[in-house]
Parts: sequence; structure tokens; C-alpha cells
Amino acid sequence: MSGARTEAAAGNGRMAQLIGWIDERFPLTSLIREHATEYYAAKNFNAWYVFGVLAMVVLVIQLVTGIFLTMNYKPSAEDAFASVEYIMRDVQWGWLIRYMHSTGASAFFIVVYLHMFRAMLYGSYKNPRELLWLIGMVIYMALMAEGFFGYLLPWGQMSYWGAQVIVSLFGAVPGVGADLVEWIRGDYFISDITLNRFFALHVIAVPLVLVMLVVMHIMALHETGSLNPDGIEIKQHKDSRGIPLDGIAFHPYYTAKDLVAIVIFLALFAAVVFFAPEMGGYFLEHANFEPASMLKTPEHIAPVWYFTPFYAILRSVPSKGWGAFLMVAAIVLLFFLPWLDRCRVKSIRYRGWTYKLALSVFAVSFVALGYLGLQPATEKIFVYAARLFSALYFAFFLLMPFYTRAEKTRPVPERVKYHAAE
Amino acid sequence: MSDEADLSRRHFLTVATSVAGGVGVVLAATPFVASFKPSARAQALGGPIQVDISKVEAGAMVRVVWRGQPVWVLRRTPEMMQHLASVPDSSLKDPGSNESDQPAYAKNTTRAVKPDILVVIGNCTHLGCAPIERFDVAPADLGPDWVGGFYCPCHGSRFDLAGRVMVGSPAPTNLPIPPYRFVGDNLVLIGDDTGASA
Repeated sequence: MSGARTEAAAGNGRMAQLIGWIDERFPLTSLIREHATEYYAAKNFNAWYVFGVLAMVVLVIQLVTGIFLTMNYKPSAEDAFASVEYIMRDVQWGWLIRYMHSTGASAFFIVVYLHMFRAMLYGSYKNPRELLWLIGMVIYMALMAEGFFGYLLPWGQMSYWGAQVIVSLFGAVPGVGADLVEWIRGDYFISDITLNRFFALHVIAVPLVLVMLVVMHIMALHETGSLNPDGIEIKQHKDSRGIPLDGIAFHPYYTAKDLVAIVIFLALFAAVVFFAPEMGGYFLEHANFEPASMLKTPEHIAPVWYFTPFYAILRSVPSKGWGAFLMVAAIVLLFFLPWLDRCRVKSIRYRGWTYKLALSVFAVSFVALGYLGLQPATEKIFVYAARLFSALYFAFFLLMPFYTRAEKTRPVPERVKYHAAE
Repeated sequence: MSDEADLSRRHFLTVATSVAGGVGVVLAATPFVASFKPSARAQALGGPIQVDISKVEAGAMVRVVWRGQPVWVLRRTPEMMQHLASVPDSSLKDPGSNESDQPAYAKNTTRAVKPDILVVIGNCTHLGCAPIERFDVAPADLGPDWVGGFYCPCHGSRFDLAGRVMVGSPAPTNLPIPPYRFVGDNLVLIGDDTGASA
């Protein structure tokens, strides 16, 4: 490292000595430089660029509250429901810790869905950031697994029957379905054994993978550099020191900006935790306040809201096998986004009306499917609506190579702008 | 011997080491993967159960739990048998039980070993709800064509008195029949059908 910028070592002698001692043994200063003080991001980030940091904040909230919940939770069919009530009523501040964790689960998905939509707006998944996108997609899958495993733990009615429905989906796998379902449950029904292993997966296996993936995601991001709302590479215009002309150091500029977003986020988060932790049955479903009973199904089974778009696709097909296939396909197609999109222009600011229309249709379909997945399946009109929006959802991906190839784009600026060019 | 590395030898050793290591990883993973299967205790608890139906009158039904699922044993009355025979195939999704889950000896119109005794798993094949028995004929809520059967309150699936799903129900297949056999005239062993023939 050059000696030009040594703020870290500019303190008094003792501190500088200590940091020097560490740097000889661990790359502290160079890590801070590489990933913060000398990591240059475009100066024109807008509000869409805060959700990555917010996702990390939620991850920390989930890890910390989760650790404290495990100290009082008992992963057995006999005790699980009662231990959650014990946390809610008897453990000092237990209600707060649990509500933070349950609200955090929903917050995680809100933030991640917005983060992913940002990537679709500005082409953050395009060359050379395909791996960044793929790692992100694996994080999303891990997150869904985490949400699913965690939802069984309170051992309420919806926990039980939701798990029953989702696990039985694996029965649609041709040939090995029935054995696979038995292997996942470790029993002939969702039992104490299933609960115990979902607990292990939820608190150890998936979080470990998740944290490693997040580190990889950030490493991949810092390798290519962050994109920006103009969708152009700031590394193409550098000054004599090799610093991008349109770049500003992540720290202190973006850490300061992100802090504002974090404060706003935490204010909203606290509002939900304190005033609407159940969020009208969307964050914590009403049926889950009843202990699991294997002989009585709730009248209406719906997964938590963050799975409902895919659940609606599943239900819109009158065949179990095809329904499960399309549901998986709806997620898998997202992985292929970098290759389905043939347009060379990255940002929606300079892309043609076809992509703008397609992305709008996709966003509307996703939200509509999310709504429909929460509704009872008995209403015919909902079934037809779910089919329509499922078709539009798939059309967005499958027709993408065609409508993006012939796209009429506008000229992309050389240097970043704070607003879209007129 | 030359100073140059023998690349083909090196390549062979790399591949051989990788293969040997890979085999080791697979072998080492086997116990972990297998540990996910039902344990000996789960298998024992999931063993067959014996049900005495001598006290079950005609037209009555008992519920027992086998492997965490409700199993119904219904003794059908002669009227019920007539009603069952009167159900036209066109109103059933799978009249021959070709798509449904049952042992070979229960793949018949009554879906039973003894025509009057129905043994069936009470889990709706749609999303696993528990249907309720509605043996009344032509009730107001189920319509004049209803000759008795099972009705799922979750999403409205209808099944006849042999657990066969009716057209217009979201459930894809008939209610599953567990493996079972009679060990006495009025003694059913559910979960074990060794020696039973189709």
C-alpha cells in the first residue's frame, strides 16, 4: 500500500504502533481500504441502492435475535408451542426479541425483493456481473429455505399444515417422490423428528451458508464494482491516480448515506414490532396461535406472504405435478436472467419501451400473484386471474430473448448523471 | 532423469487422487444422508396397528391414527352399497382408481378387501385436509345428487362412499387406501398386508 493516505495510522503514536503491529500479521488496513475507504462507487446512487445494506442489517437482527430465541426455545413437538408462549409471556423482553425475529423475516423478504427489483431496473445482473447475480439468487434460495424451516418451529396449526403442504410437493418428483418426502420428514408424517431437524437446519446449517454466501456476494460486487442508475461502467474514466472520475469512496460517503436509510428502516421496523407485529395476519398468521394438530386442518391454508406468488402459480395448475414443476420453474428462470436479456444497454433509463412495458407487467404480475396466493382457492375468478398472471410472469422470461434483441434504445451517456438524460 | 516435470504422470496422479478423494467423500456422506431416514424408533412407532371392528355397527365409522394420519374404518350398510353402485363413472375423476394410491387388492369399485368394510386414509389428496363424513342423502348444502360420501370443508372436494373423488373437486385423486389385511373376521391389521393377494 502506498503511504499517500494513511489516515488509519495518522493518530497518535501508540495507536499507529498497534495498527502497524496488526497489519504485519493481518491485512486490516488493506482490507478496510479495499472494501471501504478506497472502494469507489458511482456518485449518482439513488434510493434504490440502499436495500443491499438494509438486507445486511436485517441479517444481523435475525442472527442476534435468533441466538437469543434458541436459549429458551425447545425443539420438540411436546414443548415447542409452549416454549414459544413462554418466551412471549415469561422471558424478560422475550416478546420483543421474538417479534423482532418474526418481523425481521418479513422485512428480509421485503428488502430482498426490492434489492432484486433494483437489479432488474438498472441491469445490475448483466455482463460482467452475472456471478454476482447468481450468488444473489442462491442467497435468495437459502433465505426461502430458512423461512420455510423457521416457520415450522412455533409448531402452530399453520406451521404444521404449511410444512405438510410444502413437503408433500416433493412427492411430485417423478419416481423418487414418496421416498424423498419420507427422507425429508424422517418419519411417516410431520413429527417431532421433522421439527428437530428443521430446527438444526434453521439455526445452524442455513445461517452458516447464508453468511458465507453474503461474503461471496460482496467479494464479487467489489471485484466488478457497483453499477449505477445510468448502467455505465465508471472504471472507464479514471484520473491519473487510477480512481474513477465518477466514483466516491464507499466510506465515508455511502456509509453516511446508508446510515440515513438504516435509521428510516429501523423506525418503520420498530413501528411494526411495537404496533402491528402480526401485521393483520400477514407476518404472523392467525391459525398459528393454535397448537399443531395432525387431525384437524385449518379451514384455509396459505403460506406466509413472501411465498404466495409462487404458491399462486402452483395452485393455478389443476395438476399437482405440473403445478410443482411450474412453481420451481418460476424461481429457476430468475437464475437465467443475465442470459435471457439480450439488450446491451443496462439501465432502464436508456432502454426501449418494450422492456419498460415487460418489466411493469412482471412487477404487476408478481404482486398480483402474491395477493392471489393469499386468497382461498374456491373462487373461480381468483383461479382464472392466477392463471392469467402466471402466464404473464412466464412470458416476461420466455419472450425476453425476443423483445430485448430488437429493443430500440436511447444513447447511453459517457459519464454518470444525477437524473436520466432528457 | 530430466528436470522437466512429467506432466502426464502429474495429470494421472491428480485425477487418481481426486477420484479416490471423491469416493471417500461419498462414502463419508452416506451415514449423514442415511441418518435422515426414519429412525428405528420412528419405524417401530410407524408399525402396523390392530383395530377391532366387532363393535362397529353398519353405517358407523371409527377413526384410528396410523403413522400420524387419520385412518377411517367404515362398515357400509346395504343401502350405502346400493348408493355407491349408483354413482355413474362420468361423475368420478378416477373411477377405476388408476391414478390413485391403493394396494392392488383395493383397486376395485368398492376399494376394499371386504366390500362392506372401507379402510381409507382420511387425508384429502388436494392439500392434506381432513374431509368430514356426510352420509345423509341429498342434504340442502350438498345438493339433490348427493348420495352420501365425504366432503372436504377446506376447498370443497367431494368423495363418494369409496373415497373416490368427484368431478369438479380440486383434489386430483381418490383418497389413499393404506396397506391392510384381516387377521380375524372383525380384526383389521392396518399397515401390514403380508400374505394378502390382489
